[in-house]
Amino acid sequence: MVSRADRGVIAEWWWTVDKTLLAALIFLLVGGVILSLGGSPAVAERLGYDSFHFVSRHVIFFIPTVVVLVATSFLTPRLARRISLILLVGMVSLCVMTLLIGVQVNGSRRWMDVAGFSLQPSEFLKPAFIVVCAWLFTENARNADVPGNLFATLLLGIVCVLLIAQPDFGQTMLIGISWAIVFFLAGMPWTWILVVAVAAVVGVIGAYTTIPHVAGRIDSFLGSGGSDSFQIETALASIVNGGWLGVGPGEGTVKRILPDSHTDFIFAVAAEEFGIVVCVGLVAVFGFVVIRGLSRALRNEDAFGRVAAAGLVSLFGIQSVINMAVNLHLMPSKGMTLPFISYGGSSMLAIAFGMGLVLALTRRQPQTGHIRRRAVPRSGVPNPA
Amino acid sequence: MRVTTSEAGGGIAAATVTAEPAWVAPAIPDAADAGRAGRIRVMLIGGLFLLVYSVIAGRLIMLGFDDVVPRATWADPEAAIAAARPDLLDRNGEILATDIKTSSLYAEPRNIIDVDEAAFAINSVLPELSVPWLQNRLEGNRGFVWLKREITPRQQEAIHNLGIPGIGFLTENQRFYPGGPVASHLLGAVNVDNQGIAGIEMYIDRNGLAELQQYGFTGQGTSLEPVRLSIDLRVQHILRDELQNAMELYSAIAAAGVILDIHTGEVLAMSSLPDFDPNQPAQALDPDRLNRVTAGVYELGSVFKTLTLAMGLDSGLVNLNNIFDASHPLRIGGFSIGDFHGKNRPLTAEEVFIYSSNIGAGRMALVVGPQGQQEFFRRMGLMDRVPGELPERALPLMPSSRWGDLTTVTAAFGHGFSVTPFHLAVATAALMNGGILVEPTFFPRDEATALARGHRVVSEETSQEMRYLFRLNSTAGSGRRADVDGYLVGGKTGTAEKIVNGAYSGSLVLNSYLAAFPMDDPQYVVLIVLDEPKALPGGGTTAAYNAGPTVSAVIRRSAPLLGVAPRFAPFDGSTVAAFQL
Repeated sequence: MVSRADRGVIAEWWWTVDKTLLAALIFLLVGGVILSLGGSPAVAERLGYDSFHFVSRHVIFFIPTVVVLVATSFLTPRLARRISLILLVGMVSLCVMTLLIGVQVNGSRRWMDVAGFSLQPSEFLKPAFIVVCAWLFTENARNADVPGNLFATLLLGIVCVLLIAQPDFGQTMLIGISWAIVFFLAGMPWTWILVVAVAAVVGVIGAYTTIPHVAGRIDSFLGSGGSDSFQIETALASIVNGGWLGVGPGEGTVKRILPDSHTDFIFAVAAEEFGIVVCVGLVAVFGFVVIRGLSRALRNEDAFGRVAAAGLVSLFGIQSVINMAVNLHLMPSKGMTLPFISYGGSSMLAIAFGMGLVLALTRRQPQTGHIRRRAVPRSGVPNPA
Repeated sequence: MRVTTSEAGGGIAAATVTAEPAWVAPAIPDAADAGRAGRIRVMLIGGLFLLVYSVIAGRLIMLGFDDVVPRATWADPEAAIAAARPDLLDRNGEILATDIKTSSLYAEPRNIIDVDEAAFAINSVLPELSVPWLQNRLEGNRGFVWLKREITPRQQEAIHNLGIPGIGFLTENQRFYPGGPVASHLLGAVNVDNQGIAGIEMYIDRNGLAELQQYGFTGQGTSLEPVRLSIDLRVQHILRDELQNAMELYSAIAAAGVILDIHTGEVLAMSSLPDFDPNQPAQALDPDRLNRVTAGVYELGSVFKTLTLAMGLDSGLVNLNNIFDASHPLRIGGFSIGDFHGKNRPLTAEEVFIYSSNIGAGRMALVVGPQGQQEFFRRMGLMDRVPGELPERALPLMPSSRWGDLTTVTAAFGHGFSVTPFHLAVATAALMNGGILVEPTFFPRDEATALARGHRVVSEETSQEMRYLFRLNSTAGSGRRADVDGYLVGGKTGTAEKIVNGAYSGSLVLNSYLAAFPMDDPQYVVLIVLDEPKALPGGGTTAAYNAGPTVSAVIRRSAPLLGVAPRFAPFDGSTVAAFQL
């Protein structure tokens, strides 16, 4: 075993990282591989690939994902901040490039061909964006001379414009919500909360009235027959078909006609084959990851670390919530992957990076909090431990 | 253990790594407060997530209690569009509805090489598909999109000859009704996937066909046993034709009619105008085109006196010679009930019927009383939906207030209580056939089956007396214009004032004629309802002037086809003399 007396990098990491959270995340990744065996062959056959095309690619991505997850968790907050800043700049430029030279898939330009793999810069942009925003906001809160709030808002504007140009409304929405959560956690004043809430309502109404496909999806959710009801109906049918205990691995039948059964609707496939009981368990694991991540973030005395970690956990949580809610027809259809479960190399690696950052930022760190609170009276002079 | 170790160990690094904010900030209490506020916000977010995850888990558990619905479309998506339906035949084997094979045009956008070229080419054959719409549809990488369902063979050939890659045809079954609107309300309609959405078509789906489709037994090439209906297409045509004539002649806004076999309960014909062409089922959505026979409820007016008489006679409290005083209006509950064709003298029960006296009918109903009346109406099936196969069957509209004496009096002449015309026709069949209430049906049935499923509602004698009254009304009462030589038609008129803005209108009426024939051995009940007929020059607006002659025309044309032989009065001197003249 690793000795506590060892002061090396590995030992330090081993004794400070949240191993329970790490285990839960790896559990989800393994679950993703298992569910991919059920969810993707039908799609692969439909697209004319070998049956296990997506399964093998999923497995291939599993290794680098775990590596990224663990490697990122070694970062110190300072390093995490710097890498995120570099990544953000890089990904914003890549987003600009996708608009110019990207590959068009399903009518949007989101993908870059990089060394034989297609890369989706917007996936990597999200965690980096959250970390940088957390830094800007907390810096602003700490020292009002730093125009962090302004920069973060400008940054949001730039990223949103890039994403809408692709167009990718799902990611835009996610970025917007994450930005708001980070700002909220960093101590957004209540007047601002009101402004953001109004902006969100205006944004949704605006999207409904100006973008036909958004209107279609909302209409079909509300039951006035839109174009996308087939997916949702089929997803519900497959969940109901599975029942409590599922029809058994690989035995699903409704999944065969379910579009995107390996990505956006993997949850429905899981329900059909493994049953509702397993799905409730999956929900519980996601819930555990989010609550565990948030409570670890809570212990962080450093505002930046706390806000960034909580923001990243929220991103993970929101993405999982939206995906599952769409599968269960609790909200309008919105293409969103289920973190770590859905197929998608960019998405897996990017989420691994994000959750790696959470692990890094929630590592037990030398803190001054309780010492200060206990030893230093309110009027007292700071006295370093 | 671990906690203390790590924190103690980390203490060394504290000054360099994380302590920095606390030391830089000039006021520590503020920073600590901000930290506490920040923590509360993290907890808030956590609570929110907990809530949302619980909702998701709850929804999953809810879905666990749902029933599994098997669907054939899972096995074969094409089965859904190609679903076959059985032919519908009339009682003589004439085709009422059948499946024809049509082609539907689809595209595989990912295999289309030149979208613009394809769009313009398709537009040249199908101009209703606009070029921008086609371009939008054919753009992208999708594997399958419909362009147009159910195109004609000529259009198919023209598109085929264009030779566009990525365009194809699927054969599907399309429902076709050769008679167009002739039996529209009865047959109903199907949707584009050949599933019954109204009428008998829907009934067939609900009674086995939908299951067959689910399990994939209705794919292409399957032939299903035809379904025979009780309808006689020829009589159906006559009924609709005469209703159309009447609507035109009397400028009515709507007309409805039904012909019922009183012994078997079979519906021979049923028509409601305005109707629709089931080949264009979208027309049926117009609320004005509802099936007035089974789905519309009306205060039918004096035809209801038929039931009042039957009720009185069957109760044993009234006989045909009882006298009811109709010399002055009947005052009840602050209202005054008068007569339309007022005789202003005491009337016998049969005079109450043939002169259609509201006062007399009201008094007769009071003899039986509210309890007895309700019990009788329930026995005659007027309080529930008419049983039967059509999905479109309305509930009767009960009086909103307490069923007291006033209600009893108004219901005695068909007001304050709304039923469908079908209710009345079915009840009348029981009064004519010897007293057995038979469930109506749209499928062939013999008399023995009908009797086995029916039950007695009035006595044989009451039925005899009702036949006598019906015939009497045609010879001496308001029904003379409905009689047909040789067919011994009997019946009762009804002229109901329509309610306009909450009050009875003096000028707008709903007229009906309830008939049966031949009265010496009744076989069929015919009910005709005309909505807002107008008077002809020299005529009136009452039912005797419009609904009566319409019934007469229907019976004159259809009785020979229904196998009722005309029996003319034996030759006597006067007839011979008439011939000689």
